[in-house]
Amino acid sequence: MYTQALNSSDGDERGVEDVARASQFQARIDADERIEPNDWMPAAYRKTLTRQISQHAHSEIVGMLPEGNWITRAPSLRRKAALLAKVQDECGHGLYLYAAAETLGTSREELVDGMLSGKAKYSSIFNYPTLTWADIGTVGWLVDGAAIMNQIPLCRCSYGPYARAMIRVCKEESFHQRQGFEIMVTLCRGTAEQKAMAQNALDRWWWPVLMMFGPPDQISQHSDTSTKWKIKRFSNDELRQKFIDATVPQAEFLGLTIPDPGMKQNENGNWVHSPIDWNEFKQVLAGNGPCNRDRLAARRKAHEEGAWVREAAAAYAEKRKRRQLAQAAE
Amino acid sequence: MATPNVPLWEVFIRSRNGLAHKHVGSLHAADPTLALQAARDIYTRRGEGLSIWVVPSNAITASDPSEKGMMFEPAESKIYRHPTFYDVPDEVGHM
Repeated sequence: MYTQALNSSDGDERGVEDVARASQFQARIDADERIEPNDWMPAAYRKTLTRQISQHAHSEIVGMLPEGNWITRAPSLRRKAALLAKVQDECGHGLYLYAAAETLGTSREELVDGMLSGKAKYSSIFNYPTLTWADIGTVGWLVDGAAIMNQIPLCRCSYGPYARAMIRVCKEESFHQRQGFEIMVTLCRGTAEQKAMAQNALDRWWWPVLMMFGPPDQISQHSDTSTKWKIKRFSNDELRQKFIDATVPQAEFLGLTIPDPGMKQNENGNWVHSPIDWNEFKQVLAGNGPCNRDRLAARRKAHEEGAWVREAAAAYAEKRKRRQLAQAAE
Repeated sequence: MATPNVPLWEVFIRSRNGLAHKHVGSLHAADPTLALQAARDIYTRRGEGLSIWVVPSNAITASDPSEKGMMFEPAESKIYRHPTFYDVPDEVGHM
């Protein structure tokens, strides 16, 4: 679901290994050709994509935690089945993305270890807690909504395996946002207490969701290279604006108030938000958000507790192989 | 926390419309049985297929992309292999 601010590039073309090949490579990008795993690519392109795709994958996996928190407490069987399916989808999305990242030459084990050791980042949004059932509605409506804004342009990304993974993800994800919005509609048409719960969730999630699109264009680093390589098609601010303009009427429909009293519509019809607290964003990325430690601890625990399964599967595969060899020798 | 590298498999799925198995992606699994089960869970959550093949990735021999010019050139120049190369008088109608 979620790539926020992960789409900045590593480095520039200084130290490009082979000028002639680099210019051929750029010509292919400019002609809208897809780059495939065995094609020549600049080292910085490989590094940028490995980081972006693997962080995207980690985000899907860590993203299962805040929602998984509510599976056993969903208010009805219908909601429970939908939430379970959504969380399974996030897991699937993580796996498609890991597979795409691996085609660039880093093993799955290295990628996962990078996340577990805390070296690799994942989307800041998952470091916020899901305190009430209305948070599940809000996460689907806004977090998945923001993710879809981000991911649709990635379906045309210059790197073939990433673009193909994103097409699959986008296809599956449209139900996520709709199920979230349906939860919100139900709460907003319910009792005054339910509606207040919906408003409270919106109040807590609005600003962190706007931060998902990453730092403002003036300060976001290296995004020129990512644009030139057609990894990134729209700037952070463009996507953020599109998201806000799409969301304001939905909030109005729900009868909820966006927690930004200073927000105004400009002459072009765009909703202009008040300044975002980028210090909060930095803090969360640096590991000091409300749930950072909890999330990593949960991932590590799951990984450690799954160790015996991986060992048993490997031992069984080894035994089978030996038996087959012995049979072939007879 | 070092884990041994788990083998990679390529997954092919035949959809219900009767077309051939088509590559859909890859996954890691220790053996063929686990690979099939994982492929079911990862790639057919919405009834995408009626049949799955899993193939060890290292069993695939691929053409070299840097030689694609030489590899596919012979087909490029043979436009007479396409039906539109041939003129059929209009009176004859659709053929």
